[in-house]
Amino acid sequence: MSATAHAHVDDHAHDDHGHHHKETFVTKYIFSQDHKMIGKQYLILGVFVMGFIGIAMSLLFRMQLAWPGESFPIFEALLGKWAPGGVMDADVYLALVTMHGTIMVFFVLTAGLSGTFSNLLIPLQIGARDMASGFLNMVSFWLFAIASAIMIISLFVEAGPAAAGWTIYPPLSALPMAQPGSGMGMTLWLSSMAIFIASSLLGSLNYIVTVINLRTKGMSMTRLPLTIWAFFVTAIIGVISFPVLLSAALLLIMDRSFGTSFFLSDIFIQGEVLHYQGGSPVLYEHLFWFLGHPEVYIVLLPALGITSEVMSTNARKPIFGYRAMIASILAIAFLSTIVWGHHMFISGMNPFLGSVFTFTTLLIAIPSAVKAFNYITTLWKGNLQLNPAMLFSIGLVSTFITGGLTGIVLGDSTLDINVHDTYFVVAHFHLVMGISALYGLFAGVYHWFPKMYGGRLMNKNLGYVHFWVTAICAYGVFFPMHFVGMAGVPRRYYENTAFPMFDELTDIQVLMTVFAIIAAAAQLVFVANFFYSIFYGKVGPKNPWKSNTLEWTAEQEHIHGNWAGPIPEVHRWAYDYSKVYENGDYIIEGQDYVPQHIPLQENEEEMNH
Amino acid sequence: MTTLLTLAVLVLVAIAIWQLTKIFELSQLRTEQHQIATDSDNKNNGYMLFGFLVFIYGITIFSFWNYGKFLLPEAGSAHGEEYDSLMLVSFIIIFIVQTLTQALLHYFGYKYAGKKGQKALFYADNDRLEFIWTIIPVIVLAGLILWGLYTWTTIMDVNDEDDPLIVELYAQQFNWTARYGGDDNVLGGANVRMIDIDKANVLGLDEADTYAHDDIIVKELHLPVGRKVNFKMRSQDVLHSAYMPHFRAQMNCVPGMITEFSFTPIYTTEEMRTNPDVMDKVKRTNKIRAEKSASTGEALDPWQFDYILLCNKICGKSHYNMQMKIIVETEEEYNQWIKSQSTFAETVMKDDTNPAFNTVSAVSVAE
Ligand code: HEM
Ligand SMILES: [Cu+2]
Ligand SMILES: [Cu+2]
Repeated sequence: MSATAHAHVDDHAHDDHGHHHKETFVTKYIFSQDHKMIGKQYLILGVFVMGFIGIAMSLLFRMQLAWPGESFPIFEALLGKWAPGGVMDADVYLALVTMHGTIMVFFVLTAGLSGTFSNLLIPLQIGARDMASGFLNMVSFWLFAIASAIMIISLFVEAGPAAAGWTIYPPLSALPMAQPGSGMGMTLWLSSMAIFIASSLLGSLNYIVTVINLRTKGMSMTRLPLTIWAFFVTAIIGVISFPVLLSAALLLIMDRSFGTSFFLSDIFIQGEVLHYQGGSPVLYEHLFWFLGHPEVYIVLLPALGITSEVMSTNARKPIFGYRAMIASILAIAFLSTIVWGHHMFISGMNPFLGSVFTFTTLLIAIPSAVKAFNYITTLWKGNLQLNPAMLFSIGLVSTFITGGLTGIVLGDSTLDINVHDTYFVVAHFHLVMGISALYGLFAGVYHWFPKMYGGRLMNKNLGYVHFWVTAICAYGVFFPMHFVGMAGVPRRYYENTAFPMFDELTDIQVLMTVFAIIAAAAQLVFVANFFYSIFYGKVGPKNPWKSNTLEWTAEQEHIHGNWAGPIPEVHRWAYDYSKVYENGDYIIEGQDYVPQHIPLQENEEEMNH
Repeated sequence: MTTLLTLAVLVLVAIAIWQLTKIFELSQLRTEQHQIATDSDNKNNGYMLFGFLVFIYGITIFSFWNYGKFLLPEAGSAHGEEYDSLMLVSFIIIFIVQTLTQALLHYFGYKYAGKKGQKALFYADNDRLEFIWTIIPVIVLAGLILWGLYTWTTIMDVNDEDDPLIVELYAQQFNWTARYGGDDNVLGGANVRMIDIDKANVLGLDEADTYAHDDIIVKELHLPVGRKVNFKMRSQDVLHSAYMPHFRAQMNCVPGMITEFSFTPIYTTEEMRTNPDVMDKVKRTNKIRAEKSASTGEALDPWQFDYILLCNKICGKSHYNMQMKIIVETEEEYNQWIKSQSTFAETVMKDDTNPAFNTVSAVSVAE
C-alpha cells in the first residue's frame, strides 16, 4: 500500500521545504523545529547535562557506601549543610539515590536516548523531510527542558529534594512528616514528572504519526530498518503506559494537597492519627509499575534498535532473522504491559496474582532470548568492522545477557522472596537496563555523529579507550554487586555497618566504588572527544560506514528538508550487505553493500525476508 | 587501607589521563588518519574482545572465590530448603547459558574481525535454528517456573493447619514490635485510631476486646523451633518490609491492611551458631571488628550470630537501622520465656506508667 499512498506526500513535503527559510539564531538553535536540531538538543540536555548530574550523584553515594560515615571535603563542598563536617547525612543519601534513579531512568535514558535518536533518525531513515509536526516536536523538547529545570531546582529547596526512592511509594512520599524530602521537594518532583509525561506523549505521538504517514515511496513497513521499528514500538508503549503514571501522580497530588485518601489509610505518625481512611498504597504500586515495567523497555528497545542497525552495518551482514526481530519487538511491547506485578510479589497483593505475573514474565523472557541469539548469529561469519560503535553494540549484547539471565531469578515469585529489594536487584537492572541502554546510546552517538555534525567523525582511538575502560568497569561495579545482594544486603541503606551482619562486605563496597570512579572518569574522555570533534573532527566520506540506510544519502550539511533534491525512492530492505549472485559476485561489483535506494539489479532476486 | 585505595585510584586516573593525552596528540599529528576502523584496529580489538571473554570468566571466578563465602548460610526454615534448591538449579542453568553465550559472542568478535578481502556470509534467516532457540528456552523456563509456582503456592498458603503460633509484626518508623496472641493464641483487635501514647498503648489494641487482654507485646522475637509460625504484619505509618533473610522470608507491611507470611523455623539459634559457614563468618567478622577497635580505639564487642529481622522497604531516615533480633529456641525455652512476659492486661490496662511492651534486658542486636 505504501508505494501509492505516499507518492503525493513526498511531492507535497518537497514543495514545503525545498526552498530555504530565512533563519535567525533563535529559530535555528533555540526554538528550532528541525528534527535534526531537536535531536541534538535532546542529546545535549538529556545526556550531557542531566547525565552528568545523575552519574555524579551515584559517585557521591557510592563513596558513602564504601567509606561509611567518613568525612570528605567534596561532600561538604557539594552538599553544604547536608554534609555537616563533610559527613553525608542519612536523609541526603536517600535523596541522592532517588534523584540519581529518576534522572537516569527518565531524563537520560528515556528523553536523552529516545529523544535524540527518534528525532534524528526517523525522518532520515524513512525518507521524510521532517517530523509530521515540527511545531509539536519543538514544544515537546521545551516541555522536557522545563521538566529538567524543575527537577534541578528541586535539588536546592530548603528541606531537600524528593527522597522516597525513584518509585516514590506513598505513604512515605505523601507525608511531609515522614521525611523532609516529601515536602516541597516531592511537590516539585511530581510537577516536573507531570510536565515530562506531557513532553513524552507529544514526542511519541509525533513519532508514531511520522512513521505511519511519511515513509517515502517503496518504504513498506517490512523494509523499515530495525531502528525505526524499535522507535515506533517504543513510542506506542509510551503512549499506552505514561498516562497511567500521570494518573498515579495526579492521585498522589490530590492525597498530598487536597486530603483525599486514594493511597492512604490508617496512619499514625508523629504522635497523631491522620484522617485518611480506605486508600491503598498497593493501588499506587499497581499504577506505578503499569508504567514502570514498560518503562524499562522504553529505555531498552531504542538501544536494541540502534544495536541491530550498527551491528549489521559493521558486520557487513544482514541482521539475522529480520522478521523474528520485528516479531520479538512486538511481542515484547505487548507482554511488557502485562508483567508489572513481578515488582510486587511480596507487596501484599494476592499470591495468585503473583503466579499469573510469574507466568507472563516467563513469556517475555522468550522474545528477549531470541533477540540475543539473533545478534550472536549476526556476528557469525561476518567481516566485522570493529569501530567504537560496533564494540558498544557487542558490549550491549554482553551486558544484556548477563543482566537478563538474573531476571530468571527475579521473575520467579518464589526466588524473588529473598532477593527482592536487595542489591541483587540493583545489579540486575543496572546491567540489563542501565548499562545496556547506555551502550546503545554510545553506539548511536559514535555511529551517527557524522549525521549530527556535518560529516565529522569522532576520534576512534579515544572511542576505543572509552569503550574498554567502561566495559571493564561496568562489570567491575555490577558483577560483585550480585554477591552483596545474595548476602542479604537491602538496597537504599545509608550504611551497612550499623550492625555487624554486613561488616565483612566493606571490601567489596570499596572495590565497586573504585571501579565506579574510574568508569566515571572514562566518560570524561567521551565528553572531551564529543565536543572536540564537533569543532575539529575530520570530515569523513558521505557514507563513512558504507551503510545501506537512507540517512547516508542525505546531505552532510544540515539543510531543512534533508535532501537537496527529491527524496530517494526505496527498492529493497536495509540489510543487503554482502549479498551475492549465484556465482559469488557482489550485486554491485567491488562493493559489499547495496543501499536501499538502489533498484533491484538484473537477475537479482529480492530475498523473501 | 582506604587511603591506599583512594591513592591507587588517583594514580590510575592520572595514568589514564596521561595516556589519553598522548593518544590525543598522536592522533592530531597524523591528521590525514581516518577515523574509521582499519584492519589493524579490527585485529587489535578482536584480540581485546577475546581478552574480554577471559576477563568475564575471570571476574566470575574471582567473585565466587572471594565473595562466595559471603552468601547467606543454609536456610533456617522448612520452605527455605526448597527455596535454596530451586535457587541452585536456576543458577546452574544461568551459568551454563552465560558461559556459552558469552563465549560465542566474544569468540565470533575475535574470529571474524574484519580483514580486507574477507567476504561476509549473506545469511539472513534460518527457520529451523530460530525455532530451536525459541523452543529450548521455552522448555527450560517452563520447567523452572512450574517448580517455582508449585513452591510459591505452598509458601504463600497461610492456613491454620498444624496449630501455628500466631505472631504480629508491627512496623513503625524506625523499629519493630512483635505481639503474641497469648494463651488463646488469638490476637486481639487493634487499630491505629486506638493508639494512646499517654497510656503507652502504642499498638492501638482494643481494650474492650477480651482476646487482646492476654496478648504479649515484646521487642525481641522468640520462636519455638519446629512449630509453624503465622505472621500478621501491620504498619502504622509508611511502607516497611519484614525481611528475615536467614529464613528466606519477606513480606511488606502496608498501612491500612494486614499482610501475612508463614514459615517453620528448623534450627535454633544455638544450632545455627554451630553451622560451619556461620562460624566462619563470625570469625571473619570478629577479626574485622578487632582490627577496627585497634585502629579507632573504640571498643567493639565481639559479635555472635543471631537471626535478624530487617526493614527492606525504604521508609525514611533510619531505614538502614530498623531491625529486630530473632531468637529461635527449643519449645521448653520458649515456653519459659513467654511465661515470664507480662500481658497487655497486666501492663497497659492496669498501670498507666508501665510500658506497653516488655523491655529487653541487655539488648545486643544494635551496637
Ligand atoms: C556510574 C554508574 C552507576 C553507578 C555506580 C550506580 C550505582 C547505583 C547504586 C549503588 C544504586 C543503589 C543505591 C541504593 O539502592 O541504595 C543505584 C540506584 C539506581 N540506579 Fe544507578 N548507578 C549507575 C548508573 C546508572 C544508570 C546508567 C542507570 C540507568 C538506568 C541507573 C539507574 C538507577 C536506578 C533506577 C536506581 C534506583 C534508585 C532508587 O532506588 O530509587 N544507574 N545506582
Ligand atoms: Cu518489570
Ligand atoms: Cu522501615
